[in-house]
Amino acid sequence: MKDIEIIPEREGQVQRKGDASTPMACNKKSTAGSVSQRACVFCGSRVVLYPISDALHVVHGPIGCAAYTWDIRGSLSSGQQLHRNSFSTDLREMDVIYGGEKKLLLALRQLIARYKPKAAFIYSTCIVGVIGDDVEAVCRTMTAEAGIPVIPVHSEGFKGTKKDGYRAACEAVASLLGTGSTEDVKPHSVNILGDFNLAGETWIIKKYYERMGIQVVTCITGDAKIEDIRRAHGAKLNLVQCSGSMTHLAKMMEEKYGIPFKRVSYFGIEDMSAALYDTAKFFSDDPTIMQRAQDLVREEVGNIYPQLQAYREELQGKKAAIYVGGSFKAFSLVRALRLIGMQTAVVGSQTGGPDDYKQLAEICDEGTIIVDDSNPLELAKFVLEKDVDLFIGGVKERPIAYKLGVAFCDHNHERKEPLAGYVGMLNFAKEVYSSVMSPVWNFVPRRQPGRAHTGMPSAQEKSVSLEEKIP
Amino acid sequence: MLDGTKAETTERTALRINPAKTCQPIGAMYAALGIHGCMPHSHGSQGCCSYHRSHLTRHYKEPVMATTSSFTEGSAVFGGLANLTTALQNIFSIYNPDVVAIHTTCLSEVIGDDIPTIIKKARDEGKVPEGKVVIHTNTPSFVGSHVTGFSNMVTSTIKYLAEKTGKTTDRLNVIPGYLDPSDILEIKRLLGILGVNSILLPDTSGVLDTGLDGNYTMFPKGGTTVEDIKSMGDSFATIACGHFASHAAATQLENQCNVPAGFLELPIGLTGTDRFINAVRQYATIDIPEAIEEERARLIDLMSDLHQYLHGKTVAIAGDPDHVIAMTQFLVDLDMKPKYVVTGTPGQFFERRIAEILKDSGSNATVKQFGDLFELHQWIKQEPVDLIIGNSYNKHIARVENIPLIRFGFPILDRGTHRLFPTVGYTGAKRLIDEMVNAVLDKKDRECDEQWFELIQ
Repeated sequence: MKDIEIIPEREGQVQRKGDASTPMACNKKSTAGSVSQRACVFCGSRVVLYPISDALHVVHGPIGCAAYTWDIRGSLSSGQQLHRNSFSTDLREMDVIYGGEKKLLLALRQLIARYKPKAAFIYSTCIVGVIGDDVEAVCRTMTAEAGIPVIPVHSEGFKGTKKDGYRAACEAVASLLGTGSTEDVKPHSVNILGDFNLAGETWIIKKYYERMGIQVVTCITGDAKIEDIRRAHGAKLNLVQCSGSMTHLAKMMEEKYGIPFKRVSYFGIEDMSAALYDTAKFFSDDPTIMQRAQDLVREEVGNIYPQLQAYREELQGKKAAIYVGGSFKAFSLVRALRLIGMQTAVVGSQTGGPDDYKQLAEICDEGTIIVDDSNPLELAKFVLEKDVDLFIGGVKERPIAYKLGVAFCDHNHERKEPLAGYVGMLNFAKEVYSSVMSPVWNFVPRRQPGRAHTGMPSAQEKSVSLEEKIP
Repeated sequence: MLDGTKAETTERTALRINPAKTCQPIGAMYAALGIHGCMPHSHGSQGCCSYHRSHLTRHYKEPVMATTSSFTEGSAVFGGLANLTTALQNIFSIYNPDVVAIHTTCLSEVIGDDIPTIIKKARDEGKVPEGKVVIHTNTPSFVGSHVTGFSNMVTSTIKYLAEKTGKTTDRLNVIPGYLDPSDILEIKRLLGILGVNSILLPDTSGVLDTGLDGNYTMFPKGGTTVEDIKSMGDSFATIACGHFASHAAATQLENQCNVPAGFLELPIGLTGTDRFINAVRQYATIDIPEAIEEERARLIDLMSDLHQYLHGKTVAIAGDPDHVIAMTQFLVDLDMKPKYVVTGTPGQFFERRIAEILKDSGSNATVKQFGDLFELHQWIKQEPVDLIIGNSYNKHIARVENIPLIRFGFPILDRGTHRLFPTVGYTGAKRLIDEMVNAVLDKKDRECDEQWFELIQ
C-alpha cells in the first residue's frame, strides 16, 4: 500500500501546494490502462439533459447505455416523471449490419404518439458513430412529422471526454432557445444554469431569488420544462453554477442574445451569499433588490449559524479529501469545510481546467495535494498519507473510503439531502458530522493502534476486561 | 406520476422500454473479478468501464476495479491496437495483476479489433511480463445480454487456461453461475459438508464481499487461481448451474479436456438444491451426510409451517433467465402461482423450460424471453398479482400497483444487505420464504380492516 507509484504519464496531473511550478496538465484523455474514475461523452450529455422531465430521452444504441442511465440521478421534477423511464432502440446484430435508422424512426413515432412529449432528445452512442446512421436526418423527419423539436445529441462515447458531452448537451439545449415568447419575462430576471435539482436544490435557490424580487425564467436543467427553456433567451442574466457543463451554453447565449453570465456556487454560506449579492449588484437599478438580498442573507445565516457552530466545535481540526466531477464545486467544498472547522488535505476533480487548478491551489493550505483525473490507488494512497477523517466523492469512491476506515459524504448524483443554499450548508454539516463522528470508525484498525488487524490480540496477551468485573 | 403506462399493450417492434437486461461487457467484467488477481479490462470507450464499475459498486457496495482502453476518435478509425498495447503495458507496470481479462465492447467489435493478435504482438514485444496471463472474450453489446457476456468470459477463461495432464484429480468443478459472493460461499459450505474437494469458477467470494480491515487492496484474497483453473481439465467431473450462464463453459471443458459435465439449474429452492446435492452425490460417489439431511428437513418443516400463507398466491417474476427458471420451480414447490414470467435475455429455451416446469402446476402463466418491464407492467395492470419478484428496477411497478416486491437477482440498487445473504441452498430457500411470507402478512396487517387485524397468525 505504501509503495503505490503514480503512473509516470500522470505525474503532471498531481501537485502539492507549495512546490508546484508548472500549471496542472489536465484536459487529457485518461491514460489507456488506468483505472480512471471518468466516464465518456455520452455520460456527459446524458447527465446534463436528463433532468428535463417533460422531454423524451431516447438512447440510440445497444441496451447498455440506456440501462446504466435509467433513473440514476436524483433530479426531482415538479411535474411529469417521463425522464425516469428508460427508452432505447436496443440495437441488435442485424441493426448494426443494416443500420438502425429505420428502427429509430419507428421507435420515435411510437413513443411520441404514446407520450406526446414537448420535445425529444436522441442520444447517439459509440456504435451509431461507427455504423454511420444519419440521426440528424431521422430527427428532421420526425420534427416535421410530429411538430415537436426532435433534437439529436452528438454524444458518441469515444468522441472526446465527458466535457465534450457537456458541450453536445449545451448545443442541444441551444437549439430550443429563442423559440418561445418572452412576453412575460420581467426586467429583473435570470436563468439558473448548471443546477440539476438534486434532492430539490433548484427549488431552494429559486425561492431565494424570488424573495429578492427576481424572476427565474428557467433552470437548465434542474426541473426544467421545455416551454421555459424556449423562452430562456428573455432573461437578463445567466447564473452559471456547474461551470464545467454550462459555460459553453452561457457563452453561446451571450454571443447570440447578449445575455451576460456570472459564475456562482450555491454551496456554503460564503459562496451562496456571494451568488445572491452578485446578482443584486447586477440589478443595481433597483436598490431594494440588494436590500432584500441583505435581509435574506442575515435571516438565513442567523437561522443556521448557532447549529453550525455546534458542529464546528465537534469537527474542529478534522481533515478531508475531496474528489468530485467539476472543479468549481471543489472550491466551495474547501470553503464550506473550513466553515465547520475542517481542513482539506487532498482535492481533485475529473474535469478541471488549468485555471481552475491554479485557483484551487490559491485557496488551499500549504501541502494540500491537488489532483486531476485520479484513480482509486492514488486516492487511497493520498487518503492514508494525509490520514484524513472524511472523503467527499461519488459512487465509486464510497466503498474505497469505507475500506480504509474513513467517513464519507456523497456530493454527487446520489446525494439524498439538498446540500445547496443555507439549509443545504446545515445539511452538509449534519451529514459530515454524522459520518465523521460515527462510532463505527472507533472499531477500524487505524483508530485501534497496536492491533495489526481488526482481530483480537494473540493468545498470550492479557486482556484487561477479564480482570475487571463485567457489569 | 411514475405510472408510465396504460393497461393496453401495443405492438412495439423497434423499441425497448425499461429493460430487464443490460449489455454483455458488465457480465464479463463481473465474471473476470472471480479470477484471483485479475484485472478486468474493457476494450472500448472509457464510459463503458465507468458505468459497469458504478453499477457493480451500487449492487455489491465494494470497490470494483477494471481498466479501459480509453478509445478516442483515432482508435475508432484506425483500430484499438495502440490503445490496448499501451493499456497492457500500463496495467502490468502499475497494478501488476496475475491476469488481465479483456472483454470487447460494441465499439471495438464493430471496428473489428482482432484481440488475440494484439495480445500476441504485445507479448512478442515484451509488453506482457513473463509468467503473466492475458485472456480475452468477445462481448458484442448488440448480441445477447449481460448473462451472455458472463457466460462468454467463463467459457473463454476455460478455453485459454484449462489443461488436461491425463492424471484425474479428486476434485469436482462447479461452475456456479451469475451469483452473489454469498451464494458462492454457501455452495462452498455445502460442498465442505459433503466432503467433496472442488474448484469453483468464477468465485467472487473474498473479492466483492471483503471485510473492513483498514486496507484498500486492488486484488483481494478471493477468486479462482490460475493454477486451479488449469487443473479443472483434470477434475473428475463438472457441475454447471444454469443453462444461460454456465452450460457453455462446461461444454467447452468437456470438449477440451473430456471432463464429464452435469447440466443443472441454479440450486435455488428445494428442488433446485436437491438436484444439486444429488448430482454431487452421484459424481463424487458419496452418501449424503446427516447434516445435509437435517438442513433439508428444517426447510421442509418451514414450508409445512407456512404453506397456508403462500398457497395460490400469484407472482410476477422478472430477471435473469437462470434465476427466473430456478425461482419458478421453487414457487411451484411452494404451491404458488407464477403468473407472469419474464427475462430480458433472448433465448427460446427460457420459454420452453418455464412451460415444462409449469406444465402440471395448474398455473396459466404468460411467459416471455427478450421481454421488458414495461410490458410486464401492462400485464400487471390488466390482472394484478400478489407478489413481484425481481431486481430493484421493479420497484416503480411495485409502488404504483401497491404490490410487495421481493428483491431478488441483479442488480439490487436500493437495499444494502441482499448481497450478504445467499438465495441458494436450503439456507437461501429459508430466507426467500421468510421474505415472501413476511411481505404477504405485512401487507395484510397494514391494509386490512380493523376487525381482521390479528395478533396471532
